[in-house]
Amino acid sequence: MNNRLYGNLIFELSKEGRKGYSLPKNNFGNYEIPASMQRTEEAKLPECDELTVVRHYTNLSNNNFGVDTGFYPLGSCTMKYNPKINEEMAAQPQFQNLHPQQPADTVKGALALVKLLEQSLCELTGLAHFTFKPYAGAHGELTGLMTIDNYHRSRGDMQRKKVIVPDSAHGTNPASAAVCGLEIIEVKSLADGTVDFDDLQRLVSLEGANIAAMMMTNPNTLGLFETRIPEIAKLIHDCGGLMYYDGANLNPMLGACRPGDMGFDVMHINLHKTFSTPHGGGGPGSGPVGVREGLQEFFPVVSPYYGNYGVMMRAYAYILSLGREHVKEVGPLAVLNANYIKESLKDVYELPIDTICCHEFVFDGLKDKSTGVTTMDVAKRLLDYGYHAPTIYFPLLFHESLMVEPTENESKETLDGFIAVMRQIAEEAKTNPDLVKSAPHTTPIGRVDDVLAAKHPVTTWKVLKNEIL
Amino acid sequence: MLNVQSSMDFKYFPHTQDDLKAMMEKAGVKDFDGLYAQIPESIRFRGDYKLPSGMSEMEVRDLFAKLGSQNKQLTCFAGYGVYDHYTPSVIPSLLQRSEFLTSYTPYQAEISQGTLHYIFEYQSMMTELTGMDISNASMYDGTTAAAEAMMMAVAAGKKQNKVLVSGALNPKTREVLDTYALHQGIELVTIPVKDGVTDLSTLNSQLSTLEGVAGVMVQQPNVYGIVEDFTGFAEACHEQKALFIMDSVAADLAVLKTPGEWGADIAVGDGQSLGIPMLFGGPYVGYMCCTEKLIRKMPGRIVGMTKDNRDQRAFVLTLQAREQHIRRQKATSNICSNQSLMALFVTVYLSLMGKQGIKEAAQLSYAGAHYLCDKLQKTGKFHLVYDKPFFNEFLVRYDGNLDNLFSCYTMNGILPGVRMNDGNLLIAVTEKRTKEEIDRFVEALPLVNGLH
Amino acid sequence: MAQFMEGLLYSESHEFIRVEGEFGYIGISDYAQHALGNVVYVDMPDVDDEVTAGEEFGAVESVKAASDLISPVSGTVVEVNEALEDEPELLNKDAFANWIIKVQLSDPSELDNLMDAKAYEAFCENA
Repeated sequence: MNNRLYGNLIFELSKEGRKGYSLPKNNFGNYEIPASMQRTEEAKLPECDELTVVRHYTNLSNNNFGVDTGFYPLGSCTMKYNPKINEEMAAQPQFQNLHPQQPADTVKGALALVKLLEQSLCELTGLAHFTFKPYAGAHGELTGLMTIDNYHRSRGDMQRKKVIVPDSAHGTNPASAAVCGLEIIEVKSLADGTVDFDDLQRLVSLEGANIAAMMMTNPNTLGLFETRIPEIAKLIHDCGGLMYYDGANLNPMLGACRPGDMGFDVMHINLHKTFSTPHGGGGPGSGPVGVREGLQEFFPVVSPYYGNYGVMMRAYAYILSLGREHVKEVGPLAVLNANYIKESLKDVYELPIDTICCHEFVFDGLKDKSTGVTTMDVAKRLLDYGYHAPTIYFPLLFHESLMVEPTENESKETLDGFIAVMRQIAEEAKTNPDLVKSAPHTTPIGRVDDVLAAKHPVTTWKVLKNEIL
Repeated sequence: MLNVQSSMDFKYFPHTQDDLKAMMEKAGVKDFDGLYAQIPESIRFRGDYKLPSGMSEMEVRDLFAKLGSQNKQLTCFAGYGVYDHYTPSVIPSLLQRSEFLTSYTPYQAEISQGTLHYIFEYQSMMTELTGMDISNASMYDGTTAAAEAMMMAVAAGKKQNKVLVSGALNPKTREVLDTYALHQGIELVTIPVKDGVTDLSTLNSQLSTLEGVAGVMVQQPNVYGIVEDFTGFAEACHEQKALFIMDSVAADLAVLKTPGEWGADIAVGDGQSLGIPMLFGGPYVGYMCCTEKLIRKMPGRIVGMTKDNRDQRAFVLTLQAREQHIRRQKATSNICSNQSLMALFVTVYLSLMGKQGIKEAAQLSYAGAHYLCDKLQKTGKFHLVYDKPFFNEFLVRYDGNLDNLFSCYTMNGILPGVRMNDGNLLIAVTEKRTKEEIDRFVEALPLVNGLH
Repeated sequence: MAQFMEGLLYSESHEFIRVEGEFGYIGISDYAQHALGNVVYVDMPDVDDEVTAGEEFGAVESVKAASDLISPVSGTVVEVNEALEDEPELLNKDAFANWIIKVQLSDPSELDNLMDAKAYEAFCENA
């Protein structure tokens, strides 16, 4: 990774008359696009030769940090290794060239893969059917809630518009519910971070007939397993609601527990988390939704075809590579890695809930608060040492949340290196706090001015160019 | 009881027996089971998943090759929103740069300038292509971008909940709109189609009689491939305080009059036509652009320019306060990512093709489509359904039996188009179709029904 | 430390109103401005828009938060503070001097539901 910024924009490398493409000659005769159809102002795209383009984007990539670069313990995002064989499989021309409207008898292999992946996911989750239409986790969440809403509507249960979510839930949960036309009610968490069952009982007795679903992750956002899940499921089912499983934290459950067996009726899976497909700088992901038998007829149409098919191919290659022997080791190894880090750092970082965790855990900043060094500072200092920062300031339950998820692919040496650096930073916070507060120092850029960006939005070259002039 | 022994046996797990022992000791557990002591036994999963045994890399390759061989490779004349355009060789190679591929959303701007930078370039290019002021960082695909535009119009319009949608919108898009509208309580009203195009006079009367119209959505070229004349549409919308939304095929905007020039408030569509492989439906990339005035109503991520503390120009996710993780149930969308890698795809494509290349490719598509259309009409067996200007896709009525045509053509390696519900055939031609391939489309005709 | 200006009325959602005859100037309290941090944008209604007590009429955005503006009273917007369009940071500089909208009150009795400075200060301390 660069330690100096490569800061050009492709527009700044452009020169009138250069070209980076080659197309066949037009030998169709005289077919001119009528002027009446045409735009009057041409699109001012850059003009560059091929090597300039290749170097530009290669240099840009060097400003970036990925899983292949180094340890990426971003909590709740499951930044596991993205195997190369998956990429090779997804790149096969026998799939790349398929039009989604091709007659079924010409795409037998492609359809077979959908079926095989569906069977695998059903087996791994204990559910009966999956739809692959959702393009991402949030899209899957929405699809799952729409499925639930469709189910209640089909029964004439039109008043069931409330969804219970734990107060620790990710912001996407309420936003998805709102887009689905549903309303959120929050159930409190106990001091140990799990759902307050008494509060849940109170909500159910108050709102029982209006409850569409309860939405949960298990393990929850703090990485803690909700041990009362069978009782919670029973309570919700008894009042006529459905149980929704947010698959964001499915990884530690591989080999340990299936959402279907926990009592969930509907769930989404983030294939880009648990099933190793690359995050691609923020997408494409894939958020297939699984349901219990009988609910599949309520799947909504949220996209035209098979969703992000290329992502599904990668996920299936991963499942094949793991096989039944190794898929069940994913969860335990991820959980072991998380607990190992937690136990190795809890004397210097504040661990609000000191218990065995699943795949991730949350510190509430440094133990010694007297230095004034914040979670933000720790995160930025980690970048100097060549690590991606953990998730920070989420969950909102603590002021200085620092959420660490190591995944199963990381070796003891990598974890020991991270632990040593985290301890080093805790030491620096005492001996040289300014060094930490002004971090990062060795990255291509330093801390940025968020206020400037938001107050005076410059979001295109067109505007930027005029600013320079 | 898990077999701890086997985990050092797999290429993605680095743990040795000694590592496991030391780590378990630190974690205070005796074995894997100890890690899950909190899970009630009644729901604990024991035993084996019914999955195939783990495969070696060679076995994985063999299985995919076998599946691949069951797909028939066809010369594609199908479109209907998904087009077989040419992919420059540079793109797949750059997309495999793992610094791009294996990173996540650029939360840490200091080590994500690569991603933030290309998103800024992407936004710049999409605003050029569409003639709009602002672009977001990309969306899942064209259909969901259209659904987001619908919701954005309703959110921007406060107490309005109707959106008028052209009957010439791709039914695949309409189906997704219907889904979102049902749950959002949005009422969709169809603007009728006359002679293959959206009927302005009916739109005018709908706008003046219906209460609470937040937006009007049309498609360019429309589902029949026809390039519509939207003169008067934007004015009609704005008079009734409705937003004008245009859904366009990205590649065609290289030459066609832009949404900006037509006076659109929101421009959406799919970027797949910018060289992205068809891959049986995805991943593609949706784009969404709008006027300056609507920037704070736009869903999705936006990258903006700023400075760092070393006085360097830097890029950062901005206007985040609009987004779901802060607004929670008040957010206008639940989108919390973009389709970043595919936005990079489009950005590299547009960098390579440049302002000349996209026009040249569009001209080739246009010429090839019109060449094929002429030839087909000359056979006397195909008739253009609407006598309207089209771009690279056109709707024909076939005199013979379409079942026979499809089975004969696919057997001969040609995908002749997309069958429409009305029994007509929609044919698309891109710059990728050579004259020889197009000639073969026509020459294969006598093979249908065994005429040869 | 947040200021609590005497002579204004406050709502639980941290808006203030300064009443002058049949008109009221509505803005956000100094306490709210502190909580939000650097304000980067103020979303305001148009003149002649109706506002309703307890309903949102706009939003204030900072880098890390967006907060709806809830009207403490019902009435008609007669003026918006256009200076905030270019300089939203005025709210940070002096929240009380920089009101957001001026409203013609339709039901002055609604003012009885609001808190005076002392009550509001106590309300904030317990928050």
